[in-house]
Amino acid sequence: MAGARELPPDEVLVRRLRDGDEETFALVLDTWSGGMLRLAMSFVSTKASAEEAVQDTWLAVIRGIGDFEGRSSLKTWVYRILVRTAKTRGSKESRTVPFASLQPEEEGPTVDAARFRPPGERYPGHWAVGQEPRPWPEDYVLRGEVRELIAEALDELPPRLRAVVTLRDVAGYGSEEVCSMLEISPGNQRVLLHRARAFLRRKLEHYLSGVHDVAVGGDERGLR
Amino acid sequence: MDCVDFVELVTEFLEGALPEADERRFIEHLAECSGCENYLDQFRRTIATTGELTPDNISSDARQQLLSAFKDWKRQ
Repeated sequence: MAGARELPPDEVLVRRLRDGDEETFALVLDTWSGGMLRLAMSFVSTKASAEEAVQDTWLAVIRGIGDFEGRSSLKTWVYRILVRTAKTRGSKESRTVPFASLQPEEEGPTVDAARFRPPGERYPGHWAVGQEPRPWPEDYVLRGEVRELIAEALDELPPRLRAVVTLRDVAGYGSEEVCSMLEISPGNQRVLLHRARAFLRRKLEHYLSGVHDVAVGGDERGLR
Repeated sequence: MDCVDFVELVTEFLEGALPEADERRFIEHLAECSGCENYLDQFRRTIATTGELTPDNISSDARQQLLSAFKDWKRQ
């Protein structure tokens, strides 16, 4: 597999793909498929189905590369095909993910209301005593478990939240591209992104506040 | 602005999407509240860690099939 090699600019990639350059195809395949797989998981029920969506997407890319007009980046074009393909699959699996409007469970506070001082107390709406976020250790990212924890937490997120945070924070797309890929408004995109990030932060906070009391590796695995 | 409002506006702040007056209140609150300062820092670190994930990849069978599909397409 190609490692973290830098991809050539789109014009070069597209020309080589149209010329049937196998090395270039292997390069984009290896560079993008992982992110595509994670994104596809937002729309379908199983990893096998996500993998098939990724395969179908690449087949459509092979057939359609002659029609690519360069109005978006090549990667965005590939991702749009993936979202369409995975959505179709998801609806056949009766797993429809409507994106047009927010769901009831996507409203309400992202931080437990019990952590703030209630009305009537002094400084209502401010962190309650002992409930303020505590600084995290500087070296927390050095622990491999932290990334594993985030990966697991992503899988727990509801599909719409997962799709947005995967595109924005894992794949690094800007908000405009994500709104266009998922056909959502900028406001809804921010709400979904914020909820997803707040959920991931809570998971990290929980892990980092408990890590001193339990064996490294997590409480479940720490127990016999 | 109190902490309850602050924690809901972090993404809008990071996106530069807060109206000017709200952004000013957000920053004023940030300067005075160490709990919210930590919250914002943790939000940023969460985003950075999420960005470091190395995704699983497709199976080597699937990869092989796609490489042959590309080769066949080229022959046509």
